[in-house]
Amino acid sequence: MIKIFKYLFVISTFSIFAFSNAIADPKKVGFIYIGPPGDHGWTYMHDVGRIHAERMLGDSISTTYIEGVPENADAVRAIRKLAASGHDLIFTTSFNYMDQTLEVAKEFPNVKFEHATGYKRADNVSTYSARFYEGRTIIGHIAGKMSKTNTVGYIASFPIPEVIRGINAFYLAASKVNPDIKIKIIWVFTWYDPGKEADAANTLINQGADIIVQHTDTFAPCQAAEKAGVMAFGQASNQEEFCPNAHLTAIEDIWGPYYAERAKAVVEGTWTSQDTWDGMAEGMVVMSPYNSKLMPADLIQEAINMEIAIKDGTLHPFAGPIYNQAGELVVPEGQNADDGMLAGMSFYVQGIDGEIPQ
Amino acid sequence: MINFLPSVVSRSQSSKLMSLFVPIIAVILTLMTGSIIFSLMGFNPIFALHTFFISPISSAYGISELLVKATPLALIAIGLAFCFKNNLYNIGAEGQLTMGAIFGGGVGIFFHDTNGFWLLPLMIIAGAIGGALWGLIPALLKTKFNTNEILTSLMLVYVALLILDYLVVGPWKDPQGYSFPKTRSFSDSGRMPLLFSGLRIHFGLFITLFLIFFSWFIFTKTIFGFQLKVSGFSPSAARYAGFNQNRLVYLAFAICGSFAGIAGLAEVSGPIGLLYRDISPNYGFTAIIVAFLGRLHPIGIIFASLVIALTYLGAEDAQLFMQIPAAVGFVFQGLVLFYLLGADFLVNYKLEFRKNK
Repeated sequence: MIKIFKYLFVISTFSIFAFSNAIADPKKVGFIYIGPPGDHGWTYMHDVGRIHAERMLGDSISTTYIEGVPENADAVRAIRKLAASGHDLIFTTSFNYMDQTLEVAKEFPNVKFEHATGYKRADNVSTYSARFYEGRTIIGHIAGKMSKTNTVGYIASFPIPEVIRGINAFYLAASKVNPDIKIKIIWVFTWYDPGKEADAANTLINQGADIIVQHTDTFAPCQAAEKAGVMAFGQASNQEEFCPNAHLTAIEDIWGPYYAERAKAVVEGTWTSQDTWDGMAEGMVVMSPYNSKLMPADLIQEAINMEIAIKDGTLHPFAGPIYNQAGELVVPEGQNADDGMLAGMSFYVQGIDGEIPQ
Repeated sequence: MINFLPSVVSRSQSSKLMSLFVPIIAVILTLMTGSIIFSLMGFNPIFALHTFFISPISSAYGISELLVKATPLALIAIGLAFCFKNNLYNIGAEGQLTMGAIFGGGVGIFFHDTNGFWLLPLMIIAGAIGGALWGLIPALLKTKFNTNEILTSLMLVYVALLILDYLVVGPWKDPQGYSFPKTRSFSDSGRMPLLFSGLRIHFGLFITLFLIFFSWFIFTKTIFGFQLKVSGFSPSAARYAGFNQNRLVYLAFAICGSFAGIAGLAEVSGPIGLLYRDISPNYGFTAIIVAFLGRLHPIGIIFASLVIALTYLGAEDAQLFMQIPAAVGFVFQGLVLFYLLGADFLVNYKLEFRKNK
């Protein structure tokens, strides 16, 4: 009898110990940032997402981040540091962390990794990205209607498919409502460099652009537009407070729900490697409030209608017919470009001047 | 009446002992200032300094990472010593590093599907040649046209970076890479052998140690080393002694460039394994701090490279464990240099409060 008692006692204390352990040990979620969260653009929105996940999941997770990690051999050390210090889930939030993420993931098979905007996966490495180009379609439409000089200045970062896809989506929508629209592109070859981004904006403004579009991480281009008295679209986050008289709208990246969902999967032990590419329908891409001081009411209504159409699938940003610069038909009438073509897009559509840097 | 602005007076004799202690004093003052900054930020300074300087190297992996970071810094810095000892202010080691990575990495990309023991040595030689050629351009401009090597070497950094940009975005782009700006990976024999499995420290460490020893030998045991020193102290004395000044300029730049080139190649064939745009976290510029912190002396440079490398690692740990911004690491580097230059100045000069006449 005493033996059984003893046995029960051991079992119960053990299970209490195990139970309390499960409560006391939150899952650790780490983030690698390319810039500082104060960029009020790309990294800022990832940080907003991190905080959202923390709020949603409460005590079951704790989060940390390392900011300003260069996209070279140093990234391996930073990612590994997170993995080695007991993190269960690690988000690496820039494209060029791709090989470094896989290198560390190989060494830590029990840690889950999530790499933003890349294309290489493994059993413990997922990839995720947003269909930013859906937003580009809407701002393209707005720019086509709003530009007086028929010239749009476009600050592009790197000639990778994501950026080229954005330029094409923007131009297809803009030229549909304004066949005379011209787009001038400057490649700055950086994601985060406020000085360079502002210089590029000023150059484009001097070349006659009255709307500035960007695919970089900060609000510097929008501020440059504000100073010069032209219009601009914000990038990644609502940047209206930095350029209230220039800001037409912005394409916002909403990572919070995704981060919360993936962290929850780790807490519950249901995480599997996958590729996520969500857009407006899922709420990963959201348009900032349209600026009614600058835009006529009917144009705002058109933009809102486009949002609805993109969400329900009746408007596809890459609906055929689409021709490339050489005049060849790449997407026939009645069809939409498939995800494979979008993921590897490395050509300009017909009508865009200039060449992709080769 | 006392003039409150002191005047700067050159010391007739500067203390040899003090000048040896300057780097140590600078490091101690940096730590003290650092504790004050940490306290003001609301952290326990002892805990903060421990996180910053001890915890990064409290594991085998941490020590390996310290060496991975210190190796290129030490190699470039010892090369810079050849130039700086001769009062040649080569600021362009970053460009020479990039050119070394392009030349050596180019060989690696050309033979990306070939394996052979000869590949890595060939890449190292190509890297050294690339760096040396890039270093010889400011040397040539200086000897032929008397241009300022600070400006030309610095400007050539940007030229080298743009050439690398062009190559990885254009002709050397990985055909299977979805047009992302990076090249194919080198074959296995194009990679620096790892010294321990699971750690990133690679054969480049031995190359660096060998070249540091080689430099010490040149500085102390050869006529060339003596000539460098004399011509640095007093160019006119060197001229009277009949030293060929131009030859010294060419040699110093070629050696410095080739060392930086090897450092660049070691970085791409070591931890990276291919070429892309952002191969160096400004090793070529940081090495300038290392060279001066190490007093242009081989042993000093080894220690200095470890100290500076530690500020990088520490900045990451501080972010992770204390949520301190990354910029604090740069603050430490700046403080070290500031105190070093300040202490150096006070060793050679003194401030005098004199009465107005």
